[in-house]
Amino acid sequence: MTSQDEIAAAAGSAAAAERVFRDERSSVLATLIRQVGDFQLAEDAVQDAFESALATWPRDGIPRNPGAWITVAARRRAIDRLRRDRSVADRAARLAELTRLDGQEHSAISEESVLDDDRLRLIFTCCHPALDQSAHVALTLRTIGGLTTGEIARAFLVAEPTMGKRIVRAKRKIAEAHIRYQVPTHDELPGRLRGVLRVVYLIFNEGYSASVGDQLTRGELSGEAIRLGRLLCELMPDEPEAWGLLSLMLLHDARRAARTAPDGRYVSLNDQDRALWDHDRIAEGLRSLDRAVRAHRPGQYQLQAAITALHVRAPSPDATDWAQIADLYAALGKLSPSPVIDVNHAAAVGFAHGPQAGLRLVRPLLADPALDHYQPLHATNAELLRRDGDRLGAAHAYQRAIELSENAVERAELRRRLAALCGES
Amino acid sequence: MPQYMVLLYAEEVEQADQEQRWAEMPLWLELTEGLRKAGLLVSNGALRPPDMATTVRVRGGEAEITDGPFAVTKEVLAGYYVLECADLDEALRHAARFPTALYGSVEVRPIVDPASYSQA
Repeated sequence: MTSQDEIAAAAGSAAAAERVFRDERSSVLATLIRQVGDFQLAEDAVQDAFESALATWPRDGIPRNPGAWITVAARRRAIDRLRRDRSVADRAARLAELTRLDGQEHSAISEESVLDDDRLRLIFTCCHPALDQSAHVALTLRTIGGLTTGEIARAFLVAEPTMGKRIVRAKRKIAEAHIRYQVPTHDELPGRLRGVLRVVYLIFNEGYSASVGDQLTRGELSGEAIRLGRLLCELMPDEPEAWGLLSLMLLHDARRAARTAPDGRYVSLNDQDRALWDHDRIAEGLRSLDRAVRAHRPGQYQLQAAITALHVRAPSPDATDWAQIADLYAALGKLSPSPVIDVNHAAAVGFAHGPQAGLRLVRPLLADPALDHYQPLHATNAELLRRDGDRLGAAHAYQRAIELSENAVERAELRRRLAALCGES
Repeated sequence: MPQYMVLLYAEEVEQADQEQRWAEMPLWLELTEGLRKAGLLVSNGALRPPDMATTVRVRGGEAEITDGPFAVTKEVLAGYYVLECADLDEALRHAARFPTALYGSVEVRPIVDPASYSQA
């Protein structure tokens, strides 16, 4: 082999080692945190194990069971670190337990169900309500997703030291305030699960909204959120909202390529080239939705996914089942009332039953002073008025929507519609 | 005999100044032991910094949990309980039961475990 080939082979196996390690990392970390009782120590030990994997795997080959290899290596590093670090609570007991586990290493590779429990513990701890939402996102991506602090910082347009401080502070609070490493009790589970799903959806939306930041990292964020969504479904297969969220994310992500024109302009659903949609993703999204609906426990993610599914399933924009979409928005509004849903409901009713029916729903919203600055309300009102033939009313409403818009692309689109209105005779 | 709560306020300091405060340790010990011997000390403790706090409010029957200390300046410290709990979740569950949580805020701040001094 020439030295050039050797370098290429070593680089290849280093990359392979890194990929394998990344796949196994969160499971190993989840278990080690339980065993050592300290987030930071467990993370440092896993990082040590990663460095020795990079040093030995490219030379000796990737072990047959990489997860077991990393578990043993990380545990030994944790023992070394615990011997030196006197600040950890229950240090002596932790050391004894780790040493015992290390002694019986061949039988000590945990059962699948224990591994699953540990990963759930990790997820619920990262999303504990006593931590800030920004910390939920960062910790989840760092420990379960395996992103580096630098990658997370870039994705959220934050300086790396700032993101690092945020993560360190969260880990310190887990330790100092004694946030227990556990899956919430039965009566607390629904509320806490809602929190976890919100974090995953937030990560997804951060990656999906193409407004700012590095496109590539942002696409990775959505991919990471979908991976987390799949993991939640695997760990909690009886939770329909987990399937609902996975479905919603897949159905949105499937249309990613069709959302932007070559010149970077946003393409609305009705104008998208359906050949650009990822039909495998859509199929998986629809299967996930079916799985959710079979539980007969509707929730906000399932309803949103069902609405998206109706858009996606329609053979053409004109053939969309607006009546059913309007019903779903009504159900969603009852479940989690919000002006966003009210406005979408009115728009759907306008398509299903004519602009007058939509306007009847918009009028009370316009009378609410709290919604006076809510741009989508005025844009929807403008559309309904235009379709109802009230060109003057529509022009005023477009003008108001343009004033309130904070997004240049959206503003340009509204101006185009206003101009078209004036051009009509 | 009436009881009084003595509240200690100080600016948060950087690591270097923290070292200087550690030098005051003998003074603290002398003071605490003196009060204890005189039969005047009911209980005392050092609090973790405010950014380790969690605040609980109950509104509309739902417990709202937020990261950090209470931030409404109109609210004043009106009382205190020291609870020994298995973990933060248990402390937060009890914190949400105090009527103050219904109209004010209940801040839960970890107390420094004196045993952690001897380990450090």
